[in-house]
Amino acid sequence: MRPTREGYIEGLLEAAEMDKRVIVVDGDVSRSTGTIAFKRRFPDRFFNLGIAEQNMAEYSAGLALAGYIPFYSTYAVFAAGRAWDQIRTSICNMNLNVRIGGAHGGSSVGPDGATHQALEDIAITRVLPNMTVLVPADSNQTRQAVLASLDINGPVYIRYGRNPVPEVYNRDIPVVPGKGNLLLEGNHATIVAVGVMVAYALEAAEMLAAKGIYVSVIDMVSIKPLDTDLLLDAAEKSKFFVTAEDHQINGGLFGAVSEFLSQHAPCRIIPVAVNNRFGCSGTPEEVMKKLELTADIIKKKVEISLEID
Amino acid sequence: MVAAKVIRQDILKMIHDAGSGHPGGSLSLVEILLHLYWKEMKIEPKNPAWQERDRLILSKGHGAPALYSILARRGYFSVDRLNSLRKLGSGLEGHPHMQSLPGLDCSTGSLGHGLGIAAGLALGLSLKKSKSRVFCILGDGELQEGSIWESAMSIPALKQTNITVVIDRNHVQLDDFVKNVMPVEPLAEKWLSFGWFVVTCDGHNMDELKKAFSTKTDKPLVIIAETVKGKGISFMENNALWHGKAPDEEQLKNALKELK
Repeated sequence: MRPTREGYIEGLLEAAEMDKRVIVVDGDVSRSTGTIAFKRRFPDRFFNLGIAEQNMAEYSAGLALAGYIPFYSTYAVFAAGRAWDQIRTSICNMNLNVRIGGAHGGSSVGPDGATHQALEDIAITRVLPNMTVLVPADSNQTRQAVLASLDINGPVYIRYGRNPVPEVYNRDIPVVPGKGNLLLEGNHATIVAVGVMVAYALEAAEMLAAKGIYVSVIDMVSIKPLDTDLLLDAAEKSKFFVTAEDHQINGGLFGAVSEFLSQHAPCRIIPVAVNNRFGCSGTPEEVMKKLELTADIIKKKVEISLEID
Repeated sequence: MVAAKVIRQDILKMIHDAGSGHPGGSLSLVEILLHLYWKEMKIEPKNPAWQERDRLILSKGHGAPALYSILARRGYFSVDRLNSLRKLGSGLEGHPHMQSLPGLDCSTGSLGHGLGIAAGLALGLSLKKSKSRVFCILGDGELQEGSIWESAMSIPALKQTNITVVIDRNHVQLDDFVKNVMPVEPLAEKWLSFGWFVVTCDGHNMDELKKAFSTKTDKPLVIIAETVKGKGISFMENNALWHGKAPDEEQLKNALKELK
């Protein structure tokens, strides 16, 4: 178990070693998100602009215009939401090489409650033209997502979390934009998951296998561009999909998968997501249980989908 | 240098042809842009991507017609293109779109973004040890955007002096006079207290503009250019109704007559 933010910082330090264009813009959360490690290593390439997300996004746009690759990060609610107009109209419209680190994504910030739980960030970044949206499942994959972002032309949103999550990947499995990962193969149903829900999907798959139900598990780390080939392959094998995300039911992974499959391989897709409500305080595990984001729920949804058959 | 009235004629004809646009805040900008593009900025119109150039960010992107006329008259593209303002595929977008037209250093249009982008660009240029400067033009109504003050706070804090801000202080915004909608005064004091060096000048007087831009200071410089919205056209001056309205045939004729 490791927090994905640790992978983000590791990736950032390596990226900065490899590429002189990497700069970090912070919003008074460097101690909390860990970018203080970057400040210590690269003091001349770190700029803390204080609690001013719009300004962070604008500086990053300007730095990108000057040829740099700025990574600006703060809590995902603010990184994506507070500066959304800057992201849309300046960063995405000019297709600038800005990397946005959405820290404390999803319900991982448990005790802080609804204000700080980013449950809408995937939807509001995914909807923007030119934007790449990566939602890694563990710390190794988050490190890889940061490294992969160096080669992407245009803006990238990377969502990661605060609390420790199970390790899914080895350190050296790369993240490729537009590619998901098929982690398990089964013919009864397909679970498509992102972020912390990937580990829960694998857990659910194990419980189902014990009952003789075999599912595929796809980690859709690249929500945008979506790995449509992987979805089409899965749709040929099984008629039922369950999506799993630590995010609102609208506009996130469920939206992305449904938008594609409804056109190209119509089938039943059942979401495991936050059902149009705000979060609340509690440990991350308690909050996720309250919001019905657990391996048990994923398992139940698969069973429901199969019963309908 | 092209005469100011030529730019004003361009602006009025462009907006008339387009059937929409922002004459008031374009006409107030004319001398500021003339000074920048003919007297102040290090540029090569035939090589718009020249790395050593100075940059301009027109944060009040609705002043695009003035900027387009200036860029065409300065030689970035053909003057003939000016009649395609706001037309499909013309590149002369309603608000500046960097990738669509040569000479644009930034896309703008959502108010309040330009200053922070200018600051990031200036920071990047100084990290590269570039001598290029960044100029940013703000509207006075635009100063009501909170993000402007985030940038106004950070630029002096980061000791950024390769950026010069010009406020097109035309006193009028879409709905009414700025003072009636949401006053921005005391304006000079606000910028002073944020750590800027403030100079006020007549934004339609070329000598005063030259003097203002040549101010020597070790702080970031903001020039409050006192201007008249709709400058040069009697029935448009100081009239909020001409913030975003195209002149009809008759109005265009009368306006052009006044510029003779």
